[in-house]
Amino acid sequence: MTTATHDHDHDHDHHGPAKGITRWLYTTNHKDIGTMYLWFSFAMFLLGGTFAMVIRAELFQPGLQLVSPEFFNQMTTMHGLVMVFGAVMPAFVGLANWMIPMMIGAPDMALPRMNNLSFWILPFAFALLVSTLFMEGGGPNFGWTFYAPLSTTYAPPSTTYFIFAVHIMGASSIMGAINIVATILNMRAPGMTMMKMPLFVWTWLITSYLLIAVMPVLAGVVTMMLFDIHFATSFFDAAGGGSPILFQHLFWFFGHPEVYIMILPAFGIVSAIIPAFARKPLFGYSSMVYATASIAFLSFIVWGHHMFTVGIPFLGQAFFMWSTMLIAVPTGVKVFNWVTTMFRGSMTFETPMLFALAFVVLFTIGGFSGLMLAVAPVDFQYHDTYFVVAHFHYVLVPGAVFSIMAAVYYWLPKWSGRMYNETMGKVHFWLSFVGVNILFFPQHFLGLAGMPRRIPDYALQFTNFNMISSVGGFLFGLSQLLFLYIVVHTVVAGKKAPAKPWDGAEGLEWTVDSPAPYHTFSTPPKIN
Amino acid sequence: MSSSTTHEHYYVPAQSRLPLWMAFSMFLTVFGMGGMMVDMTTGRESSSTWIFIAGFALLSFVMYTWFAQAIRENHAGLNSEQLKRSYVWGMGWFIFSEVFFFLAFFGALFYVRVFVGPWLGGEGAKGVSNYLWEGFEFTWPMMSNPDNSIFQAPQAVIGAFGLPLINTIILIASSITLTVAHHALKAEHRKQLNIWLAVTIALAVIFLFLQAMEYVHAYQDLGLTLSSGIYGSTFFLLTGFHGVHVTIGTLMLVIMLIRSLKGHFKPNDHFGFEAAAWYWHFVDVVWVIVFVVVYWF
Repeated sequence: MTTATHDHDHDHDHHGPAKGITRWLYTTNHKDIGTMYLWFSFAMFLLGGTFAMVIRAELFQPGLQLVSPEFFNQMTTMHGLVMVFGAVMPAFVGLANWMIPMMIGAPDMALPRMNNLSFWILPFAFALLVSTLFMEGGGPNFGWTFYAPLSTTYAPPSTTYFIFAVHIMGASSIMGAINIVATILNMRAPGMTMMKMPLFVWTWLITSYLLIAVMPVLAGVVTMMLFDIHFATSFFDAAGGGSPILFQHLFWFFGHPEVYIMILPAFGIVSAIIPAFARKPLFGYSSMVYATASIAFLSFIVWGHHMFTVGIPFLGQAFFMWSTMLIAVPTGVKVFNWVTTMFRGSMTFETPMLFALAFVVLFTIGGFSGLMLAVAPVDFQYHDTYFVVAHFHYVLVPGAVFSIMAAVYYWLPKWSGRMYNETMGKVHFWLSFVGVNILFFPQHFLGLAGMPRRIPDYALQFTNFNMISSVGGFLFGLSQLLFLYIVVHTVVAGKKAPAKPWDGAEGLEWTVDSPAPYHTFSTPPKIN
Repeated sequence: MSSSTTHEHYYVPAQSRLPLWMAFSMFLTVFGMGGMMVDMTTGRESSSTWIFIAGFALLSFVMYTWFAQAIRENHAGLNSEQLKRSYVWGMGWFIFSEVFFFLAFFGALFYVRVFVGPWLGGEGAKGVSNYLWEGFEFTWPMMSNPDNSIFQAPQAVIGAFGLPLINTIILIASSITLTVAHHALKAEHRKQLNIWLAVTIALAVIFLFLQAMEYVHAYQDLGLTLSSGIYGSTFFLLTGFHGVHVTIGTLMLVIMLIRSLKGHFKPNDHFGFEAAAWYWHFVDVVWVIVFVVVYWF
């Protein structure tokens, strides 16, 4: 890598960040925007977590203690919406912003101003969404899946604001995804061929396609809701020839790819971390790429497995059952590759690796319970029970969220130039690991025993497992305050980190200083 | 490695106020619009209309400023070939996302026609739902709804081979005239470019005018409204969203005409024009599908 010269515009390459608050408000820098995404996501994680604490507190024992059933419903709804759209998705976009340009040897994202627009829509969208809690009639109370007619005929007036909040956060996601696709396809350094790209870049490329394809469908379905509510159309009303089931088809055509949007980038992160701490190259790189693409393709044709009990024809049930089970094949390829990467590696267990390992094990548990749910005949027993809640929280919390935490520990030295405290990181990991399992594992049994989801009260025989689950919930929730402390402590007072703090780590991001310079590559790096 | 010859200098735009203002104006626009709808449905009174007007005015101003700045930057030679390719990718994938937006509404139409309608009429796997509204017979177009006391069925619907056929011919013609204009641009025939672009815009305006006439006819003479059951719902949302996209596309073409009159565009550098043309062909293709599945069959 040399310092190639340019004839003009030197000051654009070499200036540092602007001073004061306007640095963040008006920025076009992918690192600044990535940082803002990550902090925003963490704020939403704590907010959505607070809603979850309300839920677990109410469910600590049977009967109604703390909140009214109406408010409980608003809590479950807002918890889901805030976590999915406010915490997990922006965290991955933040990681993409920080890492993709560095990983492919690009100077910045392809469209830097649109990048900042994608971010700044989010605070406004979530202010609008959360403000519905204080509106007359309360906030959305129909679950994060907002099934019609609960979300149309029987919805509170604030639903309209919820719809528009979804519209603009969808616009943000689409612009963010277009930016990422343009960056990856157009901004790679010479020699960075597609099959040399780190898997995090690959998984995000594929995730972006999913986002661009399904966010407009979400926009379409909320638009139909809007017209049903205000303009007397009958999309979801059978009295006019429509159908509430139509809502579910459209929602899950968005919703199933959406769950892969929340897990594919996690696969990319884990595929970066495990080789680094096993000190071996990733096993089966190209099969990882093809597996990711297969999962993304399959995600478009399996939405009906969310709807087995609504009465889709038997042939439809069989199709959705088999196509869903097919996903286990590429996912199994991935888990096999991660395990094989570790086989005979010289492993160490720093905090990022611990989170990545927990991801592999616990995500696999979530995958297996997903396989159980995919079996249509038995899904009639599990449907809408706590088994479903346990399943998707296993893939989302020790799955997606753990991968994000792993990524933060792994790349924080690169971002901040400082090292986190390893002991505190490990304490955070073990508290989270123990907490999350106490929280969600008993919910499998609750679901199998027949406890329905989305209820503020329950039959007495479910008490013990609910108490255990709530204790785990409080433990997990509180340990995230430790996470906040660790990150702040690192940024403010951490020890200086070298350019490459992990000796097994691979990738262009480790060839630049820590903290990464404000503008990383003004000339393309050399790719071997 | 001496790469400066093979790899161009990359232009990172300086800090910009535009994104923040655009996000804020989007918020005001949707907050106002949502408020107006809640006012309308619940009888509440609020200043939502003003918020909407302020937000939309601000949004228009910010977008004008933003595009103007992007054009200035290109004229100043700041855009590298690489950045120009990024714009191309950006527009391409934006249109791809629009395809899926329409797909949701087409999907709703197919699902209703193929599954829901026959079920409500008593046929097939879910034919039992006919017990809800006994005597309901499913036809398409739906001239009678399961519950006509809530949703007033239309007396008639708009046939394919009147105005819609004329409109189809107009839109296809407009795609051809736009392509002629594009060739004129590449051949540096500025006058022909302006003429054919103006003809395209005229056709677009005629299309929109005829669509508006059709809507008035549907509401006043046929009783075909948004609330006349699922036929009206799908009809108006598909043709309506198509109409909105034609309006946006027309606005783009008008801007391209103004830019052309100002002397913008070179034979090898006119992506603004090309993006507008792509968008126009896209709305044209959507219309052909609308014509076939909404009006004809």
